Parts: sequence; C-alpha cells; structure tokens
Amino acid sequence: MPGRRFRLLCIASLLSVMLVDARVAPAANDPWPGLVQDIFNNRPMNDGADVIAIEMPYRAEDAAIVPVTLRTKLPPGDSRRVVRITLVIDQNPAPMAAKFELGPDANVTEISTRVRVNNYTDVHAVAELSDGKLYMTKTYVKASGGCSAPATKVADDAKSRLGLMRYRQFARAGEGPASQGLGQGPASATREAQIMIGHPSHSGLQMDQVTQLYIPAFFVDQLRLWQDDSLVLAMEGGISISEDPNIRFTYVSNGAKRFRAEARDTEGHVFQKEWKVDDSGT
Amino acid sequence: MTHGVSILALLVVFATSTLAQAQQQELTVSEVAPGIFVHQGQTALMTGENDGATANIGFIIGESAVAVIDTGGSVREGQRLLTAIRARTGKPIRYVIYTHGHPDHVFGGAAFASDGTEFVGHRNLPRALAARGAFYLDAFRRIMGAQSLDGVRMIPPTLLVDGTVELDLGARILTLKSWPAAHSDNDVTVLDERTKTLFAGDLLFIGHIPVLDGSIRGWLAVIDELGALSAQRVIPGHGPVSEWPGALADQRRYLETLAADVRKLVARGAPITVAADTAAASERPRWQLFDDYNARNATTAFSEIEWE
Repeated sequence: MPGRRFRLLCIASLLSVMLVDARVAPAANDPWPGLVQDIFNNRPMNDGADVIAIEMPYRAEDAAIVPVTLRTKLPPGDSRRVVRITLVIDQNPAPMAAKFELGPDANVTEISTRVRVNNYTDVHAVAELSDGKLYMTKTYVKASGGCSAPATKVADDAKSRLGLMRYRQFARAGEGPASQGLGQGPASATREAQIMIGHPSHSGLQMDQVTQLYIPAFFVDQLRLWQDDSLVLAMEGGISISEDPNIRFTYVSNGAKRFRAEARDTEGHVFQKEWKVDDSGT
Repeated sequence: MTHGVSILALLVVFATSTLAQAQQQELTVSEVAPGIFVHQGQTALMTGENDGATANIGFIIGESAVAVIDTGGSVREGQRLLTAIRARTGKPIRYVIYTHGHPDHVFGGAAFASDGTEFVGHRNLPRALAARGAFYLDAFRRIMGAQSLDGVRMIPPTLLVDGTVELDLGARILTLKSWPAAHSDNDVTVLDERTKTLFAGDLLFIGHIPVLDGSIRGWLAVIDELGALSAQRVIPGHGPVSEWPGALADQRRYLETLAADVRKLVARGAPITVAADTAAASERPRWQLFDDYNARNATTAFSEIEWE
C-alpha cells in the first residue's frame, strides 16, 4: 500500500511537470515573427512609439466586444503622413483583424472599433507612413473569464439587423456643434463620426464534433467611407472584428455636404448608404 | 518500451483511483421541497480548486424516474451529483435538462451520458454549443487547469424546447419553457407542478451580480413574464433558494439601472469604454463579484442599446 502511494505520488509529480511544460510552451512560442513574415512580408519594423498609439482595456471584459482605439501621433509639422494601419491580434485564430486605409486628404487621427479576443495576447498596431516605412507599437490584453465567448450573442437578432447602417456625427469636446467648423481653418474643422453596420460576423471556425453543426464564415470584409467623393477611411476586415462592425473616427471636413458608406461582406452583399454630413441618421 | 507500458499502467491506476474517489464523495444537496434536491454553488468564479461548482444544480425524483437540472462545472462535479442521486434513489435518470449552455451548467454532462438518458435544452442550445464549445474547452483548460477539464465534452440536447414542453417523471409533471434572448439566447426554465418549485436557471441571480450574455432589453421583458409564473419558491442559477416572485426585485433594479445609465451615455455620444467604467456604478455595494462582471455587462448592454 505505501509502495502504491509512492508510485502515485511520482506519477502525480511527473504529470505536474508535464502540465507546467505545456503551460510555458505558448509563451516561448511567440507568433509575432511569423506574423511579420506572413502579413508584412518580413519588412523591417521600426519603433512606433512616436508614430502610433494603441489603447485597449487590460482585460477583455466581453470576449466578443473588446474596444480598441488607434491614435496617430505624428506632430503637426511632420512631412510624412499615415497611409495605413494594420491591427494584429496575435493569438486569435485569424490574427489580422483589420487594415485601415486613411484617406489622403481626410487627416484621420483616431480610429476606434471593437474586436474579438480569444486568448491572452499581444495586440500589434503597425502604421505605414508615406515614406514607405513600417512603425509598430503593441499592447497586451488578458483574455476574459467566465462564460463570455468571442461569438455572436443573439444569433437571430444579428440576422435581423443584417445590412442596417447607421451614421452619427459627434460634437468634439471643447468645440461647438460640428457645423460651426465649416470653412474656419483646419483645427475647428475636425469632426468625429461613427458608422455602424448590422452584421452577425460569423467567424466560421466552429464545428461541433457531435452534431456536425457548422456555421460558415460570414463577415464584412470591406468598408469604405467618403465625404462627397473623397475617401475618408477604408477598412479591410476579418473575423476578429466584432459583430455589428462599429467604427468611430476623427477626420477633417473638406466642406462636403454628403457622407457616404459602402460595405461588402463575404457573401458578396453590398450595403450602401449616404447621409447629409451634419445629420446623424439610420 | 517496458518502461512506457508500466507508466501507462500506472496512469490507468491513477486515473481510476481519482475517479473512484470522486464517485465516493457525494455533492452536498438539500431537499428544498419534497423530492427536489439542490446543490447551492459557491458565489465565485470557476477555478480548479472549486471544480467549477459555482452554479446551482439539482434533481427531481418522480414515481418512475429522475430529472437532473444542470450538471455543474466539471465532470467531477457531475459525478458527485450522480453519487448524491444514487444515495437517494435507484430510479433511472431519464432526463438531463440544461437551463442554458454556459460552462458552469453544462461541463458535468458527461457524467450522465448513457443510453436511456435524454438531454433536453432550448432549441437554440445546439447552435450555441456548436459556436462556443471548442472555445469554452480551450479557455477553461487555461483557467481551471487541464485536470479539471478531464472528460468534459459538450453534449447537445436531442429533446429541444421551443415554447412549452411537459415531461412526466411518473405522477410528477415538469413544465419546461423556452424564453426569448435574455440572460443568453438559450434560456429554459423548469417548473415542478406538484410543489410549485421553479428552476429559473440564470434568468435569475441573487446576491451574485447578474451576468448578461444575451439581451438586456429581452431580459427585462422576460422578468415581467417570469413574475407571472405560478410558483411558490425559486431556485436561481446563482444564490439561495428564495420566495417567488419577490426574488426578482433586486435583479430587476440592477438591469434597469444599467440600461438607464447606458442609454444616457449613448445619448450624449460617450464611447463604449466610458460605459464599461461608469455604468451602474451605484449598484457596486449591492452585489458580489461586481468587479468581475459589471464592466462586461455594460459593454454588452451598450452594444445593444446603441441600436435603439
């Protein structure tokens, strides 16, 4: 009997060693170098601390809806501009979450959206400047606990909202109503707006082994926003963007009267809508 | 080679001995009404130390059969529930009823999987388990440790509740009802007609802050309808067995406060992050695990209410 107990203890410690090893392994196996190769073709990454900032909560509260804000930091006199920003969630099943193209004349300096976070992960933001160089910054997010999952919450509702688009214009802090900014120089013409698109954004990765129930991938993969005919912002999205994609951003008005949005999903649906610039609406 | 075989043999000995231990130790249950037994879960997050035993789970004994209502947060908890059942009756377990698909309610299912036992759940439950099952297994392996996840598998229901279903345990009718999206999009309640005892699942939290994983507007609407059910006592998904329908009041106040605060923030153009930091702050002293779930509830509520 004591012999058996001893053997069990040995096995138990053997098992715990194996468990510890398994836990250490993912950290040692940093996916980032591979992602730089796959997504950025191994181009050199420069320190982006003075170029771009990324803000996320330290812990993903709801795994399906984790807010992220990207902020450009180039000083006003800098001759370079941010051409695109790529958002990478290293440990997600599809790490490339979104690629934002910033309109050449829109001076977008802030973009907020919401993403799914599957695991404890680094999140990288990579800005490409007009000098052709890449600048990287990163943050770290703890996975959510509890029963939240990076999946659609109410599948039926998400379907019923499919293709609905909403536009909203916000007053900027410290400024009057947006309309006062028209034609009054660059500072006062900064606006903040938001586009919401109803879409279930099924990631399509899940299959139940017993029921063989399978939810095919179905998400918004392209979004373009214009003021009149001038591009403000475009997004190439993946399955890491939360359901009902929601983009809030700042830009500088060119005096346009119309704001226009076009979204496309992976089944080829095209959703288009336009609004008067100063009217929030559906 | 010989070495490998002997280690394997020892592993088998080890595994069977833990299994046997688990089966011997029965889960604490109390008889809240004649023939209705409930284990009150800890008000805590699921961990390896607590075997994921955080939800209220139970069983009902009829003249000819037994129904299990939720299976706990690990196979070990499920097995201990099974031991508690077998200490009281030898009747067959004909039904395992899932009140919804969250890990603390379904992870113990494998302990009850056998021929003769039918798994019962909301018509949306198979879809939810398919969409989330693999993620839950990965995430909780991380949170609770691999050993706690031993044997856990998602067992989709084959008897689906869409509206109302009556199950007969022999001179004992259970009325099951499926609800529109509220706490989750697959909530089911179970009413024992003989004793007017209601298993509310996570449509009701008491003491433990309510957790929103469905629709806040849906949940508030469901609370009104729930209150009309003719029950005398309720077993919430989390918290003590309580009088009906007075037990709904605190949860209603929390959800109404959260919805009102979020609505104000949406109206004034605040971003979702501000909702996570500030909405329903006045409720903090009134709930356990507030800091673990309130920011999440606010985030979820915001993403729904901004579409109003």
